[in-house]
Amino acid sequence: MMEEVRDIVIPGEVLGDAKEKRAGYGTFIEDGKIVSKFLGIQKDSNGFMSVIPLSGVYIPRREDKVIGFVTDVEKAGWLVDINSPWQAFLPLSEGVDEFIDFKRTDISKFYDVGDVIYAQVGDTKRGDVQLTMRTPIARKLKGGVTIKITPSKVPRLIGKEGSMINTVKEKTGTIIRVGQNGVVWVSGEKIEKAIKAIKMIDEKAHIIGLTDEITKLLSD
Amino acid sequence: MQTGYMLRLLETDERIDGRKMNEFREVKVETNVAETAEGSARVKIGKTDVIVGIKMGMGVPFSDMPNMGVLKTGAEFTPIADPDFESGPPGENATELARIVDRGIRESDSIDLEKLCLKEREKVWEIFVDIHIINNDGNLIDASALAAIAAMKTAKIPKIEDDKIIRDKLEKKLPILHVPVTVTIGKVAGKFIFDPNKEEEEVLDAKLSVAVMEDGKVCAMQKQGTHGLTEEDLDEMIDLAVKKSKELRKFL
Amino acid sequence: MGMKTEEKLIVNGKRLDGRKPNEFRDIEMKVGVIPNANGSAQVRFGKTVAIAGVYGPRALFPKHRQKADTAIIQCRYNMAPFSVDDRAYPGPSRRSVEISKVTRLALEPALFLEDYPETVVDVYIEILQADGSTRVTGINAASLALADAGVPMRDLVVAVSGGKIDDTIILDMCGKEDNYSEADVPLAFMPRKKIITLLQMDGQLTPKELKSIIKEQLKTGEKIYEKQKEALNKKYKE
Repeated sequence: MMEEVRDIVIPGEVLGDAKEKRAGYGTFIEDGKIVSKFLGIQKDSNGFMSVIPLSGVYIPRREDKVIGFVTDVEKAGWLVDINSPWQAFLPLSEGVDEFIDFKRTDISKFYDVGDVIYAQVGDTKRGDVQLTMRTPIARKLKGGVTIKITPSKVPRLIGKEGSMINTVKEKTGTIIRVGQNGVVWVSGEKIEKAIKAIKMIDEKAHIIGLTDEITKLLSD
Repeated sequence: MQTGYMLRLLETDERIDGRKMNEFREVKVETNVAETAEGSARVKIGKTDVIVGIKMGMGVPFSDMPNMGVLKTGAEFTPIADPDFESGPPGENATELARIVDRGIRESDSIDLEKLCLKEREKVWEIFVDIHIINNDGNLIDASALAAIAAMKTAKIPKIEDDKIIRDKLEKKLPILHVPVTVTIGKVAGKFIFDPNKEEEEVLDAKLSVAVMEDGKVCAMQKQGTHGLTEEDLDEMIDLAVKKSKELRKFL
Repeated sequence: MGMKTEEKLIVNGKRLDGRKPNEFRDIEMKVGVIPNANGSAQVRFGKTVAIAGVYGPRALFPKHRQKADTAIIQCRYNMAPFSVDDRAYPGPSRRSVEISKVTRLALEPALFLEDYPETVVDVYIEILQADGSTRVTGINAASLALADAGVPMRDLVVAVSGGKIDDTIILDMCGKEDNYSEADVPLAFMPRKKIITLLQMDGQLTPKELKSIIKEQLKTGEKIYEKQKEALNKKYKE
């Protein structure tokens, strides 16, 4: 049975005229035409023609909330894997409130290799990604489990004003933190069921009627 | 992070993909997938995907086995199959895999090598069993061994005319005497799990692969992993493997 | 190539396998066949089968290989030992090294590598069955794999082989035709603006013949593009 799918476009496909619409994310202009860069879903809104890619790696942007894994403790900060082609760095000053003399302190007592953190992206200068924990939502995530989804599908997982993710949380009694970088952290009772729902959303983000399918999955 | 979760689940005999401790993932066997080969098979165990191709050539016998065909098994951990596989000559894991699969075939006398002698001491058939990994999601050994046997069972020997191999004329089937099947069991947190996937392989204490013949005899074994196994462990794992091999055999 | 034969290879306008001169073999394309890869595809033209896997953009080491303002693309074309008549010794050959290079250059112009500085896009092509035209089959598969991986592209890349036997221009040569053809012209292009990204030739052709082959490839290659489009859509329409 074919489920209804939103309009899929392929790379190189001409979407419209640059005189009539503006070129949004995922497109480029060539010879006065707006062309798709990605295999994705076409989106027309506010006079912009964009394409949401159906796959692809995470490109860090300032103020994104991400979930990362501490991979190395350096002298004045920590190296963090944020599921991206570029590694991120959490400077000491952005990770700890008090003044720390790093020459005398073993800073691994704050964050150590293997720790999972919910952080915010600061400056991103060409492959140099800085993180900060200086924001109310930032914290270490203890216990629980992490899974990865396609970063471009995060908005679908969250839903309009959090509607989708809240449904999953309520029906499974779990705490869920979603990183813009496609890393999702789940903790609580029915983790397996929550993970199943999250994976389904990742696979079927482009299907119309997904909300009903998720509701059904969670009610069983 | 995942390790903690996996170990917690194992305490109650649960696995991250919902399988039972002694359950294999879905097994799919397809033969004749590479028509250029004299025999071939593609085996999928869950998301693990392996192709084995059998090629036959003419060569010189080993001096201590002058009237027997020569079996050569190789494996390529192509970088297409795993972000951590690098291009280059086979590393220790690919080499070990090839040798494990080879032993399963050789020690069970699976192929009737005497029937592959063309001229004693001078010319024999060489059987190349080439393992090509397409996607690695753990348990490459069982998938490769199963694919090798499936390929061998459907392989045919080309005709020889005036000392030349005529590959588009395939004559007799490769003479198979025994059919070994390999079962891999992992040990972690004091429990045994069958067919570990890639994530599970990373937390195992140890792994044991057992090649079993159709009459229940064991013909090859390999222990892997950084931790040790007790004698009790081995006794149990061997019995479990022999029992499970009957199930895998049904796919051939 | 260039082998002589008494056999007529084109009889009554039909080739050995019954095809018309500009007709393709049976084509099958499937996207998303290697779960570990960011993108992948398996493509079959008759008895030639290629599988492509893309990893990236991802971190590139050693650091000195990184380019400050762009990603780099690496490509490895490899033939499985059982993919050919006489078993191929595993590992790169001079032929596969060259094909890896021209394949990389066939795909590179289509990619927006500048969007991912300091990283690498790795493209792997494995030939599982070889019956002529393996490099173009590999490029067709790689193009799909790149789109599947979400690497931003200006256009897909379409590749097709061309040749001439019995004074007739033919496309998509099988192994036997490749042996007897008077020339082998592999070509790859981006269809929207017909920009050619791979062109090689060996054999003997007049400039007029060569130009007609290229013209025919650019025209009939559209059919391959339609198949690629279909395959990409199919992944999301099951």
